[in-house]
Amino acid sequence: MNRGARASEWAVLYALSSVIALVLSSVIVEATGGDWWPVVEALVDGSVKAPGRWGETLAIAAPLLLVALGTVISAKAGLINIGQEGQLLMGAAFAVYFSFRIGGPGPLNVVLLLLFGALGGAVWASLAGVLRFWRGVPEVLSTLLLVFVATQAVGYGLKQQWLLLADEASRGNRNLVSDQLAQDNRIPRPDIFGNEFPITVYVALALAVAVAYVLARTVWGFQLRMLGHNPRAAQRAGVSSTVFGATALAVGGAFAGLAGAAMLAGGGFSFGNYRLVPGFSDNIGWTGLLVALLARERALAAVVAAFVFAGLRTGAGFVNSTGVESRITDVVQGLLVLALLVPPAVVFLRDRRRARAAATERSC
Amino acid sequence: MLIDFFSAGADVLSSESTYINGALFAALLAFAATGEWVAERSGTLNISVEGMLLGGAFAGALGYHLAESVAVGMMFGALGGLVIAAVQAEMSHRLTADQFVVGLTLNILIVGLTGFLDREIDPKADYASEVEIPILVDIPLFGEALFGEPWPFYLLYGLVPLSWWLVYRTRWGLELRAAGENPQSADVSGIDVNRRRRQSIYYAGLTSGLGGAYFLFARLATFDDSVIGGQGFIAIAAVIFGGWTLWGTMAGCVLFAGALSFQLSLQGLGYELNTELLQALPYLVTIGAMALFAKRVRSPAALARPFIRGLK
Repeated sequence: MNRGARASEWAVLYALSSVIALVLSSVIVEATGGDWWPVVEALVDGSVKAPGRWGETLAIAAPLLLVALGTVISAKAGLINIGQEGQLLMGAAFAVYFSFRIGGPGPLNVVLLLLFGALGGAVWASLAGVLRFWRGVPEVLSTLLLVFVATQAVGYGLKQQWLLLADEASRGNRNLVSDQLAQDNRIPRPDIFGNEFPITVYVALALAVAVAYVLARTVWGFQLRMLGHNPRAAQRAGVSSTVFGATALAVGGAFAGLAGAAMLAGGGFSFGNYRLVPGFSDNIGWTGLLVALLARERALAAVVAAFVFAGLRTGAGFVNSTGVESRITDVVQGLLVLALLVPPAVVFLRDRRRARAAATERSC
Repeated sequence: MLIDFFSAGADVLSSESTYINGALFAALLAFAATGEWVAERSGTLNISVEGMLLGGAFAGALGYHLAESVAVGMMFGALGGLVIAAVQAEMSHRLTADQFVVGLTLNILIVGLTGFLDREIDPKADYASEVEIPILVDIPLFGEALFGEPWPFYLLYGLVPLSWWLVYRTRWGLELRAAGENPQSADVSGIDVNRRRRQSIYYAGLTSGLGGAYFLFARLATFDDSVIGGQGFIAIAAVIFGGWTLWGTMAGCVLFAGALSFQLSLQGLGYELNTELLQALPYLVTIGAMALFAKRVRSPAALARPFIRGLK
């Protein structure tokens, strides 16, 4: 089959499965006595059409994309990191700690704060790396378990004055809350056509291009992919699975940590308004992981997927006004991911069947 | 201060309610962990256990809402778990989609779906009636917790030995373990590896669905999308902690549930323990156990590795 036909076949398959997911969602809404069409309109309004909304969507898409990029890197090395939610939270916690206990105010500190966030995520992911390459603990399990440890650790930090908790004057009547980042520790949010979003959006986009380039065109990227495809061959060719694997995990965690720090310093009410609070990560880590997997480990495809998922989130805010419970967007999102998993699997299985049939024919 | 703490600890350990609470959580974990243990022995790792529990709890509430009967609720619970298991099994072990993606997506989907349906339907449930087993219930401390429970609890006494028997004493169980240890060889000797794996996931869905419904009828009687709150992940941790043996898994369930109930009772007495540490305990203990024993205790060799014939 030539390339054009193949590409259009993919497009048809993806379109078909998206439609099936949306039809299923509509059935769920209609079956519970709601109207589907207003929900769709509310989603479109809330994510792009209404004034100021696409900026909001971009602001959420940026951390999703960052998380996804990290996931792509570790996945290329053949490592399954599913602990982004915890790494992201750790990144945010490190950023808060830096801002109030080390750095203090100052514009340069914004950059350092982001780097510190990345460090936090990297440290947390490296725990899994150490367990994997020193003790042989599968990273799938350790990264998952460390998510819950991170939640509790940050919860503990938010109770301790010397760690993350705000002083009494600043926290008012709230418990478990960090100080609000100082004005000059925040990421600028310039106004573009009435849309406001932190400039980390551009950083995330640039990083997506960079990751795509590094993985496809550099020696390091090639070595990572080699490790992912065939660890034994990579080892023979001098690519140490320990060194490269641990690095890939740490870099993946660093991206998630960066996402956490960017969420914190980027503002927006959905992300605690410049404060670290319990539940701060708000499933961005899990969703970012889904973005990466949906993009099938391609950095540039992740850009699109991140925007779609962010749109479902911002659109959800508008759905309630239609009288349908806004949780339906979680359902739509879940069904979409499940549906979009089908075409690659179907094509893969069909191609294999054809290849096997061809092979048997030849051998006859 | 320290003496205070010890006397409080002793108070907690000598009060029946600690054990009753502990048994409640341990049973929830045990329902899920038994099934997940079977599934992991076949080489699959289902993080959708969390979703299966939640789906079971919601389906249980729905069943009660429709038929006003706990028995129907339990059946609905099992069915709910099976439906989620069907998606997990068919997508990851027939269509070869990544099992973690499917599991993760299912978890998010089920939280959303049950939350949505809960608001729209608002099913009403009730507590299951308690059944006391004579004589045994009079054992001090443990009696009430083990033999004076809501009736769905007693399903465990059948389910756990049944799972052991299925896995270790039947041909099906042998094939299932072969699929988990060496799928290539199993395939060559004529075992349909992915079919065994799908079946084991269905089994996990069945037990987890029952577990979710049990928890609803034993403790809550009203559904809320946070009822399970990560217990499914603790159940997975228990399987790993138990070194992929059934008895180890059960020990993990009892240990983790015990820690939780100990903490709750202490709080009830007004003692503030480091709650974060206790909440993180199951995960820390599991990570520690894996780090210590990962090289000695062997997981099923093909755990979490998809099987596609001809591909290694």
